[in-house]
Amino acid sequence: MIRKNIRSRRARETRLKIYGISSICFALIMLATLLISIGLNGYSALQQAYFKVDISVNTEKFVDERDFLNNKKMNLFNWDGLVQSALREFFPEVKERDEKKELFAIISANAGYDLKEIVKKKALGSGSHTLSVWLHLSDDADQYLKGRLSIDIPEEDRRINNKQIAWVNSLVERDIAKLKFNKAFFTSADSREPESAGILGSVVGSALTLFVTVMFALPLAIMASIYLEYFAKPGRITDFIEVNINNLAAVPSIVFGLLGLSVFLSTFGLPRSAPLVGGLVLGLMTLPTIIIASRASIRSIPPSIREAALGLGASKMQAAMHHVLPLAAPGILTGTIIGMAQALGETAPLLMIGMVAFIIDIPTTFTSSATAMPVQIYMWSDSAERAFYERSSLAILFLVAFLISMNLLAVILRKKFEKKW
Amino acid sequence: MRKIIKTLACAVLATVVTTGQSMAREGDQISIVGSSTVFPFSTIVAERFAKNTDFKAPVIESTGTGGGAKLFCSGIGLEHPDVTNASRAMKSSEKEKCTANGITPVEYMIGFDGITFSNSKKAKKYSLTKEEIFKAVSAKVMSEGKVVDNNFKTWSDINPSLPNVKIDVLAPPPSSGTRDAFVELVMHDTCKKLYKMSKADYKASCSALREDGAVTEAGENDNLIIEKLAANQDRFGIFGYSFLDQNKDKVQGSVVNGVAPSMETIADSSYKVSRPLFFYVKQEHVGVIPGLQEFADYFMSLTVSGSPLEAAGLIPKP
Repeated sequence: MIRKNIRSRRARETRLKIYGISSICFALIMLATLLISIGLNGYSALQQAYFKVDISVNTEKFVDERDFLNNKKMNLFNWDGLVQSALREFFPEVKERDEKKELFAIISANAGYDLKEIVKKKALGSGSHTLSVWLHLSDDADQYLKGRLSIDIPEEDRRINNKQIAWVNSLVERDIAKLKFNKAFFTSADSREPESAGILGSVVGSALTLFVTVMFALPLAIMASIYLEYFAKPGRITDFIEVNINNLAAVPSIVFGLLGLSVFLSTFGLPRSAPLVGGLVLGLMTLPTIIIASRASIRSIPPSIREAALGLGASKMQAAMHHVLPLAAPGILTGTIIGMAQALGETAPLLMIGMVAFIIDIPTTFTSSATAMPVQIYMWSDSAERAFYERSSLAILFLVAFLISMNLLAVILRKKFEKKW
Repeated sequence: MRKIIKTLACAVLATVVTTGQSMAREGDQISIVGSSTVFPFSTIVAERFAKNTDFKAPVIESTGTGGGAKLFCSGIGLEHPDVTNASRAMKSSEKEKCTANGITPVEYMIGFDGITFSNSKKAKKYSLTKEEIFKAVSAKVMSEGKVVDNNFKTWSDINPSLPNVKIDVLAPPPSSGTRDAFVELVMHDTCKKLYKMSKADYKASCSALREDGAVTEAGENDNLIIEKLAANQDRFGIFGYSFLDQNKDKVQGSVVNGVAPSMETIADSSYKVSRPLFFYVKQEHVGVIPGLQEFADYFMSLTVSGSPLEAAGLIPKP
């Protein structure tokens, strides 16, 4: 009888264990599937098709009196024409206008601009120079070389026609076109040409925004939690505040965007699309999360420490600032980093304040126009060009890596500074 | 510790106050809002404009035609946008709001966009009339002179010569300009011309899409619709011509009223489901925002055949 009972209890225990293990396995498999499928779509965006041309430029036309390259004069020059005529030297048989147009479609629409930037960067002196440069092929040629365009369908349905395929292949055979590391992806901001689009603009935008978020939310959250833990008298008002903070943590994030639109933009007249406003909105959003974490962390400090400080004649403020806060710091930091990670992944509140926008310049100040990383992913996944598909996958991987490293930092900080009593 | 906190607080406060006072926007940047259909074209122009001139790159938001007009017409000054894109002409109510706020919108017509009714490349290419499409997607249809609930289950129910395939259509959400245009050009048009209904009547009974499962609302993401069409051969999707053009290896546009959608048929308006696209410039900001007039002129210079906008699916004026 007893033995039977024990056996059934053990069986139940085993079953529970199996349920637990299988649910963990399920979650892990889902996560792995997600990451692997994104990874398979995205890894090819690490490379980009380039072609090499030798170009001779005479910089005499561009320099001003002081022998510096003049921006205005450079803008007026037909850089596209220079690249195109260099390309035509490889294919002298191309003569007709339509055919030329097809030929020029295999190189990036930004090739001329890229060449101009290279010349500018090299700060060449006056005189004629011959440069050997690697420039981007177009997104269609790039996708073809990566095998991402199926070519066994009728020619008129393809983004790239037989002639263009032959030209690209001939460039590859002559070793003047190949896949190289996609540098533009990590060093430039958004572009409408997939081959020149990069995430740096949105990464800088996210960094500026998060900086404002931390500067705004952290001091407020620490003050609020110290007050609530040590100074507030228990009563109706304190309870009311507490309930509201907990509720605020569950408010949908778009609501904070609406708040930002009506308060920061309409009332205070802060600029649209600026990291300053984005940071304030995300700061308000993460405030409750950080307050809750900070309070939990402050509460976990043994009361004896504070009481000892008070007993030795420290004021309430000294006890809090000198003794409790340093000990609670790891917990507060962990809460903050988790709040920041949440803020990093948000797009909805940014939509209302104009940070979901196409911005070509890399932001430099807190008031210049900027977007954020999840916004960039959203906008690329919405673009018609096929090559943006792999780029958005790579950007997702980048964002996930960013989040993982932030959470890792939280874990390390906690491990390093945590004290056991 | 105390000192540090004090300085920090002062610094934060100072930045917020000064930036708040000094500028509503970085003054020399053009701000553009409006239609998501015009957005891809507008961004191409903006990028080229920024890379080929000394002016700063415009900032472009995709807010939808209605949302853009609202922002655009709300006032003069740096906190309000300079340009709004529109996938339809500005409504008179919107123009009134603009005038009331002292704004003169200058209209620029950039070309046309066709709306396609497409399915997977692997399936048969359909040839439909506007009425057949109407019968497939509308919540209400006409039966013996009366407006009744739509009960067509398969395409062969509508027209026996069509295949016996279940009706399954992915439609854009109500917030999209494509949806507005589709309702107007296909559904209202059918009720007006074929059923001779009055404006009030067709607005009341020919605006809603079916909700019995035959029509599914897809998100704003047209790439997702393309993926779904490729996965299910019996499904149809409604989206702009520029997406069909980029994905011709996966999907095909149905023939509507005997004409297949193509650059040529939309430009000469023989393909009937097409609409003009616009952008509006705030006259009061010209000369105040550097490069605004230059941007408008540059945009118009690219709306010709053979331009990069055409390559992106814009159909230039013939």
